[in-house]
Amino acid sequence: MTSSIRVRATANGDITEVQALIQHPMDSGFVKNAKGELIPPHFIQELKFACNGKDVFVADWGPAVSKDPYVKFSFKGAKKGDDLKISWTDNKGASDETTAKIA
Amino acid sequence: MKTRTALLLGSLSAALVAFALTSPRVVAADKVDPAADAKAFQNFFFQKFPNVKHEDFVNGPYSMNEDMRRQWQEKEEFPPYEFSLDAGKEMFSTPFKNGKTYADCFPNGGIGIRQNYPYFDEKEGKVVTLELALNRCREANGEAPYSYVKDEMASLTAYMAFTSRGKPFDIRIPDDPRALAAFENGKRYFYTRRGQMNFSCASCHVQSPGERIRAEILAPALGILNAMPIYRSEWSGMGTISRRFITCNSQTRAVPLEPQADEYRDVEYFLSYVANGLPISGPGARP
Repeated sequence: MTSSIRVRATANGDITEVQALIQHPMDSGFVKNAKGELIPPHFIQELKFACNGKDVFVADWGPAVSKDPYVKFSFKGAKKGDDLKISWTDNKGASDETTAKIA
Repeated sequence: MKTRTALLLGSLSAALVAFALTSPRVVAADKVDPAADAKAFQNFFFQKFPNVKHEDFVNGPYSMNEDMRRQWQEKEEFPPYEFSLDAGKEMFSTPFKNGKTYADCFPNGGIGIRQNYPYFDEKEGKVVTLELALNRCREANGEAPYSYVKDEMASLTAYMAFTSRGKPFDIRIPDDPRALAAFENGKRYFYTRRGQMNFSCASCHVQSPGERIRAEILAPALGILNAMPIYRSEWSGMGTISRRFITCNSQTRAVPLEPQADEYRDVEYFLSYVANGLPISGPGARP
């Protein structure tokens, strides 16, 4: 099973630009399936990016975020070769994490 | 909209009608000439869009609109079809219960052959598409067939298209009256108006590529299958050629056919043949 997280982080001088794509159904709990039954809510609640042990981006998400979310942001204070740790936890308690090297 | 369509019809279709509707079903003297059709089809687009590089037509609406192109290039750094592509690669190399794999069903182990599909099977007398061939491969090996519209089928075709990226479409029409009939039938399906809107495939994709339809930019019919399967943001997921035909029909309020119906396979044959020489760019991403 491959990781549910794709990430690309590139340092450009003092600024590191991060792009991440997360595979997740992000079911809001308001959508019905073909049989007319509600699809139970299943969404990421917390998404964290940490660099050198310090959180650089934390998102508290709810049902309004789309399926397979894409995140792009940049932050200061990292350099090439640093580790960026990405982790998420969803409302069912499932989670995933991965570590990427800043290029 | 109505008057505009009429104007469009009046102004632009003189040339189009000349070649699109020269297949009156009553005149038997007209020989089906796919090569001439393909040439006319390609020239129509090349003349209509003199600034679009020929191989760029396979990028659909992105070849027609600068702003969308920029967004797409940014998206391509991190393509939305990646998950599906990886899944397809894994599925392709996973043996069936009997130990055989997809590679055993296809020439060259299934790698780099997407540009040869669909082909006309002279034994069967019908057009065989890649999706159909994949399901036949599964059934021949005792596995249940996949749905034709998305998920697994889209992943498999995405992987096969990926291994053929850059290779030009190379569709053959054998010298067989049934093959010519299939091509002609596909062409007829493409140009026939149907549904509540009275649209044909050509109403959008030949008459109005590059124009807006609500917030979307219409793709040119030339090269439209080269990018398949596609991740459509509208679907928030992948779709196959079958899915594209079905949604096109339902969007114009026509009754869609069953996936892999004869007409769909014939229209795929026609559209792929007239795009001969243009590179495979699938899997693609579309808004």
